[in-house]
Amino acid sequence: MLGILASIIDGVLVGLVYGLAAMGLTLIWGVMDVINLTHGTMIVAGMFALYFLANAAGVPPYFALPPVLIGGFFVGVLLYWVAVHRMVGRPPLMSLLSTFSVNLMLVGVGTAIWGTALFNVEVSVPGISMGRYTFPGAHILAAVLAAVIAGSLYLFLHHTRLGKAVRAVANNREAAELVGIPTTRVLALTVGCGVALAGVSGMLIGTLFPFTLLSGDGYQLKGFVVTVLGGFGNPVGALMGGVALGLLEGAITPFIPVSWTLVIEFVLFVLVLIAFPGGVFARRGTM
Amino acid sequence: MSLLRLTRRPFFWIIALVIAVFVLAPWLGNDVQLRESLLLAALYITLASNLNLMLGYAGYINFGSIVFFGLGGYICVWLVNSYSWPLFASLVVAGICVSALALIFGLGILRLRGAFFALSTIGIVEAVQAFVENFTPWGGSSGIYLPGSIFLPLGGAARALWVLYFTMVAVMGLSLYLSYFIKSSKFGLGLLAIGQNEDAAAILGVPTPIYKALVYSASAFLPAIAGGIYFFKSAFIQPADAFDLSLSTEALVVAMLGGQGTVTGVALGAYLYEELRGYLLTSETFANFQLVIAGALLLLIVLFFPGGLMGFIYSRFPRTQKVLE
Repeated sequence: MLGILASIIDGVLVGLVYGLAAMGLTLIWGVMDVINLTHGTMIVAGMFALYFLANAAGVPPYFALPPVLIGGFFVGVLLYWVAVHRMVGRPPLMSLLSTFSVNLMLVGVGTAIWGTALFNVEVSVPGISMGRYTFPGAHILAAVLAAVIAGSLYLFLHHTRLGKAVRAVANNREAAELVGIPTTRVLALTVGCGVALAGVSGMLIGTLFPFTLLSGDGYQLKGFVVTVLGGFGNPVGALMGGVALGLLEGAITPFIPVSWTLVIEFVLFVLVLIAFPGGVFARRGTM
Repeated sequence: MSLLRLTRRPFFWIIALVIAVFVLAPWLGNDVQLRESLLLAALYITLASNLNLMLGYAGYINFGSIVFFGLGGYICVWLVNSYSWPLFASLVVAGICVSALALIFGLGILRLRGAFFALSTIGIVEAVQAFVENFTPWGGSSGIYLPGSIFLPLGGAARALWVLYFTMVAVMGLSLYLSYFIKSSKFGLGLLAIGQNEDAAAILGVPTPIYKALVYSASAFLPAIAGGIYFFKSAFIQPADAFDLSLSTEALVVAMLGGQGTVTGVALGAYLYEELRGYLLTSETFANFQLVIAGALLLLIVLFFPGGLMGFIYSRFPRTQKVLE
């Protein structure tokens, strides 16, 4: 009984981080109907930023969060001007291709410099024991930070003027422009936030698991699953989708080899899309 | 339009001319180096023009077209190796199997529209690769090796390479004719309508789910055979090579470079890209940056020249539209 409870709790903890990993993807997707295929690479960029800050510069791991957040924001704004700005309002096919090509360049440069070796960041946070089970402190801290970041994003979107502008642009770009919202700047800001979230989630995942330059693909695929579970542009939905995915992974791993996890998640992705085109946890018009 | 009437159009003979050049150029001079470079060009043309059936006609991005190539290669190599089937029978069976699989998959995932379809094609690559890596009859992650004696039925290694080259050129020719034939058929008109506005197409009576599944399946057949030829030639197949995403990426770059939705453009793009790649690979510095360059090229095309080469040619010389498809 305690074992089941423990694996549920661990599923929730990891799931919250998955939810955070998907949040940037779903934010950009929901606001401008652009699927950011550099998302996985931006997650990896967060992991590498953590690695270099913690191992080379000697910064304590969790203090890497503010620089990753700020750096990610500027990278995102740059990404918007390079690859997304000309694509807004054009068929989604084009923005898929443009972000895909930026991703190719980033991955190409990255593999040329660092190869695909395994990197690891040592984090020592005391865990919490419960009977025979100990929950690693890093998992708990990452989950709490993920929930806090998701909560702040929710507050930003619903209770600040700028956040409301983001939602207005998501709802109807032309109408938002008519009432005087500088939509281009709002879109750039959204991509900035989306990439910053990707970077932070990568940084947090980096404190949990070892990573390679190509780890991003798996998290990006999880991000798609979480997005369709949680609905588009909905941070709370993304957290719930992430938890659902974390629980599912916890439930299937004892029975199925790890290499099949992605296959099962992909099948889930297709089934959910066919059954609930608007997202399972989404109410219509949440964004 | 019937097949016979197509033969009266000049474009039919332009394709025939291209095939003749591919056959004669290396053969007359017995130029092995030229043959190898043209083999790759023929492979790119095959992959890109079949991708173009989805991308250019129906407006659906398939990031996972490599799955057809890899699975076709696996089925062919496996039949040759474990059951001693003759090469050509294995190629045809590989093509049919992969096409049938694509039809089944297609009926499932093509209910997803637009971007969702594109995302699920990424998932298909992961899923198929995971399946193959765990599938013991296909050697799992270490793959299948063919013995050297495999070339004997084709008349020894030197002659076999020529036979394989001509087969690849035939597959390329069939791909071009398939693209052309579909484009001039009612089926192709339906696909182009889907590409422009799927809702409107459905309302006007295009059976969109069936058409999409059929074109997905049709775009699987020839790449699967090309995969069979390619991996039979290298006498070795493993998951990392068979499902190498860079090849389907390059097919995308090629289709966009030449001009999505055109038959000539895609062939031209494939040839140019192959030349560029050959040039870049010979210089040491660029060998590592092949994908970076492919990415930069794709970004420039998408941002500034979405019509590709043919878009440029059509706008400069509008009369070419009457002859070139």
